[in-house]
Amino acid sequence: MSAPVDVAADELERGFEATLAAQRRIEPRDWMPEGYRATLVRQIAQHAHSEIIGMQPEGDWLLAAPSLRRKAVLLAKVQDEAGHGMYLYAAAETLGVDRDDLTDRLVEGRQKYSSIFNYPTLTYADVGVIGWLVDGAAICNQVPLCRSSYGPYARAMVRICKEESFHQRQGYELLLTMMRGTDEQRAMVQDAVDRWWWPSLMMFGPPDTDSPNTARSMAWGIKRHTNDELRQRFVDMTVPQAEFLGVTLPDPELSLDPATGHHRFGAIDWDEFRRVLAGGGPCNAERITRRRAARDDGAWVREAAAAHAAKHGAAHAAKQTGRTA
Amino acid sequence: MNGWPLYEVFVRGKRGLNHVHVGSVHAPDAEMAVHAARDLYTRRNEGVSVWVVRSADITASSPDEKDPLFAPAGDKVYRHPTFYPIPDDVPHL
Amino acid sequence: MHEETVYDALTGAPDDARWAFGTGFDDPLAGVDTTVPEGVAPADLGAYCLMLGDDALVLAQRLTEWITRAPELEEEVAVANIALDLLGQARLLLARTAAAGVLGPCRERAGASVPDEDALAYFRDPGEFRCTALAAAPNGDFAHLVVRLLAAATLRLAAFDRLRSSRDPVLAAVAAKGVAELSYAREHAARWVVRLGDGTAESHRRIRAAVEAVAPLLADVFTPTDVELRLAAGGAAVDPAALRAEVLGVLDAVLAHATLEPPSWPAGAPPRGRLGDHGPEVAELLAGLQGLARAHPEATW
Ligand SMILES: [Fe+2]
Ligand SMILES: [Fe+2]
Repeated sequence: MSAPVDVAADELERGFEATLAAQRRIEPRDWMPEGYRATLVRQIAQHAHSEIIGMQPEGDWLLAAPSLRRKAVLLAKVQDEAGHGMYLYAAAETLGVDRDDLTDRLVEGRQKYSSIFNYPTLTYADVGVIGWLVDGAAICNQVPLCRSSYGPYARAMVRICKEESFHQRQGYELLLTMMRGTDEQRAMVQDAVDRWWWPSLMMFGPPDTDSPNTARSMAWGIKRHTNDELRQRFVDMTVPQAEFLGVTLPDPELSLDPATGHHRFGAIDWDEFRRVLAGGGPCNAERITRRRAARDDGAWVREAAAAHAAKHGAAHAAKQTGRTA
Repeated sequence: MNGWPLYEVFVRGKRGLNHVHVGSVHAPDAEMAVHAARDLYTRRNEGVSVWVVRSADITASSPDEKDPLFAPAGDKVYRHPTFYPIPDDVPHL
Repeated sequence: MHEETVYDALTGAPDDARWAFGTGFDDPLAGVDTTVPEGVAPADLGAYCLMLGDDALVLAQRLTEWITRAPELEEEVAVANIALDLLGQARLLLARTAAAGVLGPCRERAGASVPDEDALAYFRDPGEFRCTALAAAPNGDFAHLVVRLLAAATLRLAAFDRLRSSRDPVLAAVAAKGVAELSYAREHAARWVVRLGDGTAESHRRIRAAVEAVAPLLADVFTPTDVELRLAAGGAAVDPAALRAEVLGVLDAVLAHATLEPPSWPAGAPPRGRLGDHGPEVAELLAGLQGLARAHPEATW
């Protein structure tokens, strides 16, 4: 590269930094460092994959939901998660990647999704606990991302956060209802809390001491708080909700520290976290197999629709001329 | 690859407002795209007007844009205008 | 205008109803006058709403089986929309059935905490269901999904269109709401049938196989039961025989557009499903639907 280009590149970088410093958004056509782009693509794709894979654990209860109202609520929720995945893939595509490629990377194991979805949903109480704890943890993670420095990501997060609050509410309300039900139902709720509590804490990612990219992501405005900060906030929010519900969080060390106003909690089993993330969770294979099957079984449909469009593209376009409304 | 093309989606939330860019969908053709867009971005709210346009058909310019020589290699089609800012009172719990 | 308002308009902030969330059980007919009109036999009206409700319930269940398995994410959302619409129709119709006093032994099987609509959905045995084979048949491939949906939605739309003027105001209101939903479902299915019929050689082959599989399921859907005949004579219901020409006309037109020969539509057959005579697939479907609720009859969900 010749000297003038370097000078100009320097100027571009300064412009990028100045936009960040002014708390303004980076938009798709702006110049951005390759590292910023790559980090965003990885983070948004991983997030999108999590939404789509996350349809499965709860989706497994759609057919057996124990009342018609609960079935409708759960179906609306699982549908929302599909929508979240689509908003996020759309945001990722503004960075020059393609949704089909990202899906390929997911099913080939080259990109990750949240390891929380590799645990099975054993009873209907799991549906409630996922709404309360898993969607709750997601909200803690995601509300700050509404101020992400990358415009399309931030805007997708605004929409998603609005919907997530409904998800958490329906989960908590299901648990409240079950706690007012039979002894068996109360036992189901406690059992589900016991199984999901620690994996929910793991959703915030490794501890700050073991999270080498956090500082750079925060400087770029891609992350707004560290993993441990968000985890602490989640615990502080959740403890009183658990008390109100009448369940015990499975951590004998959980206690309020009067000096700080924050809750202390026990050590997280990071070996389990790494094992599940690396593919050793109870449902990793099942989740990816189903996603791959949907991609592969649907190939003929996508091809046919594309072939139809190629034959009739002009006709369809003509029908849609002008304003649609 | 049998990937469907990308369509940008513009929605007019109610009468008296402009169409606003809200995101994108994949669809085999414009007719399917407009329905997918309605499903995803308006939840079929019937009072709402939806436009879709092939991303590849958008010609964009933005005031901050530098000489295209420096545009990132992956940047072909994208997006553009009328983004609304993020509300400060984003809902949490 | 502040931009934030634009955003709120897009997300429909005040409209929480579409989330199907609420607090506690909400009777879908809450606040509605469910008095059965003079001259309409409540037992007949209840039996009729059960037929329409059961079709919606089992078809919603079949559509739901597709969730997380659709050929594209856009299609996940569309299928879920249609399933949600049908589920909503089922809830209203089962509630209407119960309000007309037609509950039967399911009320005793269900615990006191189980609402009537769920007593009907979860605590009836297969022989007490009144769905047609068209709604209940097992899923096949995506071509089967869209062909069955096209047939079922076309038939149901033709019926609901007329039911808007039913002498039962509750049924008329349910139908009026359902017409827009069913138009959406029918058009969605039709768009796919056209694309797959006139797509690739493989999709053409599959859609043709689907038409051959679905066509026989139309044998009994135009045959009225005595209940329907009595209600139709009193202006409360539709005689399905009156829908035959319109429904087959729509199907023929869509298939022609999809470059497919129309099949030889089956001759009329007795309405087995409407009388509770089902193939084993209904018992299987209901086992999946009802298992959890029946294991905890005293529970509150
Ligand atoms: Fe989500
Ligand atoms: Fe969620």
